[in-house]
Amino acid sequence: MSHDHDLNGAEILLKALADQGVEVVFGYPGGAVLPIYDEIFKQNRLRHILVRHEQAAVHAAEGYARATGKVGAVLVTSGPGSTNAVTGLLDAMLDSTPMVCMTGQVPTSLIGNDAFQEADTTGITRPCSKHNYLVKDVNDLARVIHEAFYVAKSGRPGPVVVDLPKDVVTAKGRYIGPDKVRHKTYKPKVKGDIAAIEAAVELMAQAKKPILYLGGGVINSGLEAVALATKLVKMTGFPFTQTLMGLGAVPASNPQYLGMVGMHGTFEANLAMHDCDVMVCIGARFDDRVTGKTSTFSPKSKKIHIDIDPSSINKNVVVDIPVVGDVGHVLEDMIRVWKAKQLHVDEKALKSWWREIDGWRAKDCLRYTKSKKVIKPQYAIERLYELTRDKDPIIATEVGQHQMWAAQFSKFDQPRHWLSSGGLGTMGFGLPAAMGAQVAFPEKLVIDIAGESSIQMNIQELATLAQERLPVKIFIMNNQYLGMVRQWQELLHGGRYAESHMDVHPDFVKLAEAYGAKGRRVDKPADLDAAIMEMIETPGAFILDVRTDASENVFPMIPPGAAHNEMLLGPEDEAEKPSSEDGMVLV
Amino acid sequence: MTGKHQPHTHRHTIAVLVDNEPGVLARVIGLFSGRGYNIESLTVAEVAARDNLSRITVVTSGTAQIIEQIKAQLSRLVPVHKVVDLTNEGPAVERELALVKVAGIGEKRVESLRIAGIFRAHTVDSTNESFVFEIVGRSDKIDAFINLMEPLGLVDVSRTGVVAIARGTQPL
Repeated sequence: MSHDHDLNGAEILLKALADQGVEVVFGYPGGAVLPIYDEIFKQNRLRHILVRHEQAAVHAAEGYARATGKVGAVLVTSGPGSTNAVTGLLDAMLDSTPMVCMTGQVPTSLIGNDAFQEADTTGITRPCSKHNYLVKDVNDLARVIHEAFYVAKSGRPGPVVVDLPKDVVTAKGRYIGPDKVRHKTYKPKVKGDIAAIEAAVELMAQAKKPILYLGGGVINSGLEAVALATKLVKMTGFPFTQTLMGLGAVPASNPQYLGMVGMHGTFEANLAMHDCDVMVCIGARFDDRVTGKTSTFSPKSKKIHIDIDPSSINKNVVVDIPVVGDVGHVLEDMIRVWKAKQLHVDEKALKSWWREIDGWRAKDCLRYTKSKKVIKPQYAIERLYELTRDKDPIIATEVGQHQMWAAQFSKFDQPRHWLSSGGLGTMGFGLPAAMGAQVAFPEKLVIDIAGESSIQMNIQELATLAQERLPVKIFIMNNQYLGMVRQWQELLHGGRYAESHMDVHPDFVKLAEAYGAKGRRVDKPADLDAAIMEMIETPGAFILDVRTDASENVFPMIPPGAAHNEMLLGPEDEAEKPSSEDGMVLV
Repeated sequence: MTGKHQPHTHRHTIAVLVDNEPGVLARVIGLFSGRGYNIESLTVAEVAARDNLSRITVVTSGTAQIIEQIKAQLSRLVPVHKVVDLTNEGPAVERELALVKVAGIGEKRVESLRIAGIFRAHTVDSTNESFVFEIVGRSDKIDAFINLMEPLGLVDVSRTGVVAIARGTQPL
């Protein structure tokens, strides 16, 4: 057995990862990290998943982290290795995904010399990580790794980068265990201020038109928080909506669920947000995709905002009662205080509020024109959902129209089953994220709902699926267009489809075969069910190339710069409600 | 917010106690530039070598909501120990030091020395044709001094930016 003082940096790193409970690292080797890979070679405890591009390593770690609730781990080399990881890091930052990304670096003596494969990694990643470190002394390495995991998962989770010069990982040094490391400054407040919590529950008890607005923070807070959110929903009888990141926090099958909120949220959710008198925002951040035009956002409501990140409070929307704390801790206190004060909701008012909501629900805003000739994208998701729901699949998505249809037409009854790039909107996220989730749950059905364009942004990961024998199912909604771009061009740019149509795509079935997977194409509604069943039942990775109606748009839609009560419900609304000039500059 | 010009912007002096580690200043400056906040002045130096602490004094301006955001964003930087809004918590003493070089001969040279005396500036360097004055005070006093030196042969100015500390017995 080796003594604690004579380990080399790479050994220290692996020991620290072991002590942090890391089982899997997604990575790609290169010159600067060779000593670390040498150490990985010598052991069997830590599993390394060899990706085909560093961006995919980071998205895979995100998928792994979001499906398990653990901290994802990434290992890439210096220079291009770390710059390729940047998109994934920012994606994890915006969606508050816990991760530690270890990057190789040229030896300390060469830093600043424009050495081969040198990049100022800490400089580049500073604004796209929660925190980062450049380790210059091997004796700091163990502490830094333990701190990095602590920072990544504490408070509002996020990615932490640890830059590792090659001489540091080859030098001999001391190891210290996680129990010896206490962070000097970073101690996020998890308990909410009790006076604020009391004021919040009293406001809720007086509400005549309340709504609960749940975000990804509920899921990030943990399974206890998820259970407490469901309890709060039940205890109050309040209607609730969820953000894209919050899907599955409280079961979608709950009768009080109004559907997703925001730009492509439901009519009833958005109107309830607009007309409510008390809004309880739990672990969400009033993102512009949720609020629409902030000056007309929910004008009549008093707002309660529960968030662990004080900088989320009053950032986009000014609230009346902020509660800074962890969702789980705050909900626990809220329910306790509610019971202790013997508070009751205003049943009569709530009943009439539900009548109003039921009127909006009757609009059936997700309806679409069915077709026997062409596969409607909504129909494709509906069938996929119906045929797989008993298997409780994990759904990943890429970014675009297919993502919104997947969010609208899949119903999530559990957290950690929906992996989507919300904040950054990263095309190419879905396949590697699905891959990461499949690594964590090899027996589970994991599906990447993709667009034919997004999938090509990380298509090389089909090789990783083959090498690691990961049976990810790829459900491509193929309309030959950058669909969301085309939709905006139709609505906002006079139908001038600049560069949003791609004439050339690969034959996805042959591509699947080229990578040792199976594939099938389907273009008739009547064949869709059989094709989906074939995808599910075929062992191993599978691409189902679903040819969908290219002219379909995602509705409802709050046009950019519009308010929640200015939704477009379908094609018939397009001409009547042209977008405002203010909206034209928004993304 | 929308980024449009908003009325009621206020000048705030914020003290930030940070770990004295590489990159910490870049984090603070990057936060201001990345989120579009103003920096009117910024000073930084180690204040407690044993505890490895540096103190950053930043003068910024914005609406009440923006100032609140700035403080929240600064607070969530990992190496930040403490953020105190000296303008809100007040009263506080603010000082700045400037070195002001004035070149000239004859009447102007005499006049610059006379004004330096009124402002209690020290002469820290002199040649037959120039002075370097050292002046300490609030920023507006230094502005006034520099304005008066302008027609008297002002050639160079170096200012430290504002440092500030709360009045009374309490530490930060």
